[in-house]
Amino acid sequence: MATDYAVHAEGLVKHYGRVRALDGLNLDVAEGSLLALLGPNGAGKTTAVRIFTTLLQPDGGHATVAGFDVVRDADRIKSQIGLAGQNVAIDEYLTGLENLEMIGRLYHLAGRDAKRRAHELLMQFDLIDAANRIAKTYSGGMRRRLDLAASLVLLPPLLFLDEPTTGLDPRSRRQVWGMISSLVSEGSTILLTTQYLEEADELANRIAVVDAGRVIAEGTSDELKDRVGGNRIEIAVAKDADLARAAEVARRHFSSEVNVDPTQRRISAPSKNGTSQLAGLVRDFDSAGVDIVDLQLHRPSLDDVFLTLTGHQAEEEKAVAPSGRWQRRPR
Amino acid sequence: MATAGALSTAGTRYQPIAGRPRIVWAFLDALVLAKRSVLETVRVPELIMFVAIQPIMFVLLFRYVFGGAIQVPGGQYVNFLMPGIFVQTVAFGGVTTAIGLAQDMQRGIIDRFRSLPMSSSAVLTGRTIADLARNLFTVIIMLTVGFLVGFRPGGTPFEFLLGILLLLGVSFGFSWISAFIGLLVRSVEAAQSGGFIWLFPLTFASSAFVPVATMPGWLQTFARHNPISVLADALRGLFHVNPLLTTADTRSALLQSVAWIAAILIVFVPLSVMRYRRTTAR
Repeated sequence: MATDYAVHAEGLVKHYGRVRALDGLNLDVAEGSLLALLGPNGAGKTTAVRIFTTLLQPDGGHATVAGFDVVRDADRIKSQIGLAGQNVAIDEYLTGLENLEMIGRLYHLAGRDAKRRAHELLMQFDLIDAANRIAKTYSGGMRRRLDLAASLVLLPPLLFLDEPTTGLDPRSRRQVWGMISSLVSEGSTILLTTQYLEEADELANRIAVVDAGRVIAEGTSDELKDRVGGNRIEIAVAKDADLARAAEVARRHFSSEVNVDPTQRRISAPSKNGTSQLAGLVRDFDSAGVDIVDLQLHRPSLDDVFLTLTGHQAEEEKAVAPSGRWQRRPR
Repeated sequence: MATAGALSTAGTRYQPIAGRPRIVWAFLDALVLAKRSVLETVRVPELIMFVAIQPIMFVLLFRYVFGGAIQVPGGQYVNFLMPGIFVQTVAFGGVTTAIGLAQDMQRGIIDRFRSLPMSSSAVLTGRTIADLARNLFTVIIMLTVGFLVGFRPGGTPFEFLLGILLLLGVSFGFSWISAFIGLLVRSVEAAQSGGFIWLFPLTFASSAFVPVATMPGWLQTFARHNPISVLADALRGLFHVNPLLTTADTRSALLQSVAWIAAILIVFVPLSVMRYRRTTAR
């Protein structure tokens, strides 16, 4: 049975011992689109990718990839997909060229074709000057690019990218983003997992938010942000006496939903049009003689998404990763 | 400015070769991966140490430190020692398969391999074939060093070649045991200790270094049936270095050796391949 979806999952369940890594995951990825699976570590993103790429078998539910069942037709799926996993899966002691040639040979390309394709990819991924250096000498960004190139050797119509920019510096991240965008515009279907809202925002047609093994929200970036409430403006005033007057000014700008916190002397409100609203607000505070100590435009972070959608923080991540990882990355 | 966005990902789509039987691909894929593993050996200095220097040390230490104290009936210790040390060395050489596989799992490269439409035994066969190449190299070095310190095998060139073939068989068999261990353990460190730990009692409680007759009775029973003893004795017979071994003894040891190698492969090849099919990166 053929679906119009490149990836289709229904009620996927996977246990690791007593841990329920996937707990009824439903997902559809439309052909020619990029879907981002967004969630903290331990949410089940990698497990889902491993089931789709036939590395793991589900305990329950079913899934098709490129129209093939992940359990029964695993072998046929393998020639339709490319995988770039969470770790950079290249051989450190082979050169960039040897790495790509090896993957080409394992895809059963003729030796000559494997070599040509390797050269082509090294050119495209700006690695041609390092083609004959062993990968151990590559920088983090170069390794990531080589890894991505390795997943593209056969130009598969369907790509699975598991956290493709984790650990990259901003410049390399931009570069990888450029490549991913270019792939989608040339017709690839991509399922990408990420912990960063910004990344999903930048690249994805649709975002599926995953928590505790299931998709808890799905939609375009704008739809999700609307559910979280969009941007918020936060103002802190210097004196208690100013608080009431400041709130009054704020209400003129944001007809409703002005939240006043007297203990912190803070006022916050959802902001629809961001920075242009700020200028007017500052002018009015000035003329009302309100002393402002802090004013910021607060964009929704993944924490906000989680807080709104699940009513809890992404605790697991807090325990596992260095602090600060959850903060929205500065643009 | 970075080249982001300017990069094109459009490329040439080459067609994979079709219509070859699975068994041919299993072999060709294994060769691709064996080449990878051999290149790694050449490029990692520590591995060269393991492959070349350590066996030389063993030969010299046993020949000159223990050699004086150990009496073997009917011949010279160096001639008794060398076949034993050959078997021990190729058995130990297999541990690189365990370490290599554990490394592949730690680095995530196993996920990539498993996502490719390649033969699922190739990652393991590739490693075991690479071990074969490394062990052959090691045996040649040891033969040279052995010859320099007085090792003089007798027998025909055919028997000598048969001996070398037997050693390669031992290498292949032990590499597959090692492959299974490598897939079971959770880290490179564990593969290192887990890969070696069982080999020490196996190789030392055997006839590899000393005549079994000097051991206590209970240990003799173990040592006599130990495959390492059987293999070492078969090799001694083929190299004509132990005058106490009759032609019948040699033939029997040789048959038992082949049976051992076959049994190891029959058990550990399917076990390892099954395990590999269910393995993911950690």
